[in-house]
Amino acid sequence: MANFGVTIAKGAVAYSPDQAVYCATELGGWHWAVKAQIHSGGRGKAGGVKLCKTYNEVRAAATEMLGKTLVTNQTGPEGKIVQRVYIEVAEPFEREIYLGFVLDRKVERVRVIASKFGGMEIEEIAKDHPEEILQIVVEPAVGLQAFQARELAFGLGLNLKQVSRAVQCILGCYRAFRDLDATMVEINPLVVTKDDRVIALDAKMSFDDNALFRRANVSDMRDHSQEDPREVQAAEHNLNYVGLDGNIGCIVNGAGLAMATMDMIKYAGGNPANFLDVGGGASPERVAAAFRLVLSDKNVKAILVNVFAGINRCDWVAEGVVQACKQMTVDVPLVVRLAGTNVEAGREIITKSGLPIISANSLADAAKAAVAAVPAA
Amino acid sequence: MSILIDEKSRVLVQGFTGDKGTFHSKEMIAFGTNVVGGVTPGKGGTTHLGLPVFNTVKEAVRATGATHSIAFVAPAFCADAIMEAADAGIQLVCSITDGIPAQDMMRVKRYLLRYSKEHRTLMVGPNCAGIISPGKAMLGIMPGHIYMRGTVGIVSRSGTLGYEAAQQMMDLGIGVSTSVGIGGDPINGSSFLDHLVLFEQDPETVAVMMIGEIGGPQEAEASAWIKENMTKPVVGYVAGLTAPKGRRMGHAGAIISATGDSAAEKSEIMKSYGLTVAPSPSELGATMAKVLSDRGLRGTN
Repeated sequence: MANFGVTIAKGAVAYSPDQAVYCATELGGWHWAVKAQIHSGGRGKAGGVKLCKTYNEVRAAATEMLGKTLVTNQTGPEGKIVQRVYIEVAEPFEREIYLGFVLDRKVERVRVIASKFGGMEIEEIAKDHPEEILQIVVEPAVGLQAFQARELAFGLGLNLKQVSRAVQCILGCYRAFRDLDATMVEINPLVVTKDDRVIALDAKMSFDDNALFRRANVSDMRDHSQEDPREVQAAEHNLNYVGLDGNIGCIVNGAGLAMATMDMIKYAGGNPANFLDVGGGASPERVAAAFRLVLSDKNVKAILVNVFAGINRCDWVAEGVVQACKQMTVDVPLVVRLAGTNVEAGREIITKSGLPIISANSLADAAKAAVAAVPAA
Repeated sequence: MSILIDEKSRVLVQGFTGDKGTFHSKEMIAFGTNVVGGVTPGKGGTTHLGLPVFNTVKEAVRATGATHSIAFVAPAFCADAIMEAADAGIQLVCSITDGIPAQDMMRVKRYLLRYSKEHRTLMVGPNCAGIISPGKAMLGIMPGHIYMRGTVGIVSRSGTLGYEAAQQMMDLGIGVSTSVGIGGDPINGSSFLDHLVLFEQDPETVAVMMIGEIGGPQEAEASAWIKENMTKPVVGYVAGLTAPKGRRMGHAGAIISATGDSAAEKSEIMKSYGLTVAPSPSELGATMAKVLSDRGLRGTN
């Protein structure tokens, strides 16, 4: 953010308690905030942010956080391991402001949201103080204009000196949003110090995966240790995978059909272990990679393959499934439903393979068969 | 009748000579689509699949009178291709490409508004399976043989779930007037609503199947419009009942990030506006069959 003209609190990243203390001495100042660096919000409430008044407190806070698994209301029950902490100079401030930028799907433009109730989650502000939310929509052809930023700053009740600094900050955040292909930027809180400076104390950003190809600097910031290893593995094979907590592994082509297959499993009384879209051209290699991925989840007690062949062909998909079964040990019941192009040939390959595969014709039959195939616990 | 395309539509393929462009052009031509040529910058003046190749869309339109275009162009360059088609006066451009940055789409939509309403290009997609009017023409990548000609319009975010609907209906003897994929991206060229308006006006269409998914306000917006304006029955479904909050389910736009984004909430909204919601994705066809027979409507013409 600093590169875009946004004033941020001075700070540095540390990977060890010694380094944390060194950072604090180098940064100077009276007080420091030690913040756990994880890819998730809600860490303040979970003990991931500590205000320290001495170097010893900095050391103690860093020691406690590093290596610890932090469970916040956004990480899920398994939590996230803290690999690094951020040491920040804490300054006394007068006011906390909320500032957010989001790609709004309704107006299909960037919406800027500000409120004088900083430090709170935007959902809470919207609930408790809906009249205190200021909003502006950005015209994409010309970008955010200074007058729009001024409207927000005056609307927040800032004094003249603060307004010009807030405008610089708002415009800077917008440039960061645009130039880094973000989908969300949230500065919460943006603080106003006693000497009228406007400082972004905490920033959260989400980026558009579709634009990472042109944002090498954003890709480089990615900390894969914060992500589900199965999802990282899936991304390497160009598969779309989201791990869930059920026990029926799903391998499907197309995102919509994958979601519908999971819906069907639920309606049939089961629970899906994952979302997995193998994409349009489900080659044998991709099918094999999908099997490996689904089988790596130890909760999986049955697998459901559902392919509606449009661009690809059922016989190719069937070959892929048979190959995958021969390459690795598939030690759970397998249900395969094929439909679309060359469906007869595909079903024949499955039948002739002699493998213990349960074949289903419709989406409903497939889901029922998969749920029935799960051994009783 | 049908909406968006028929056998008379003169189709141009952008990214004509690439692998995907070539493969799907052959499929579209085999289906009966009137493909009149293609565009690949740098290959103008050559011939591909027996059809002329041009450097720019403007040249192609001048030479062939093309009215429709389909873009098989890589994500980084696709927004540019769509704007080029709009500037050349193409009436309808369809983009199959998955992976166009959202901010590119934001600019594309702004760009389309440059033109007055009667000269404005309608965009379908991106990240969709395209458009098909069975028995007439196909501007997309769907398996043509699962579509039977008939009277039900389909508008779907997902490609494969649209196939599923068409197949289930065909098994029950119900055919399709036109099926449109609006795509799985957060910002798309045209919405459910845009196509519902056309289906309402189309004399051949007697009912519509609308298949949504988690994320975004378009299903709710369309449902509200249906209640006020639509005389034809609409069967709805929203995929993603088991999707957890905040996780992207394959499609860039399939993510629950705000109130009203979940499948359960959207299904309720649809019901509250009088749509018939299919109880599960395996009953899309059966639900439509019941709606048609209750109203004495026919699934074929």
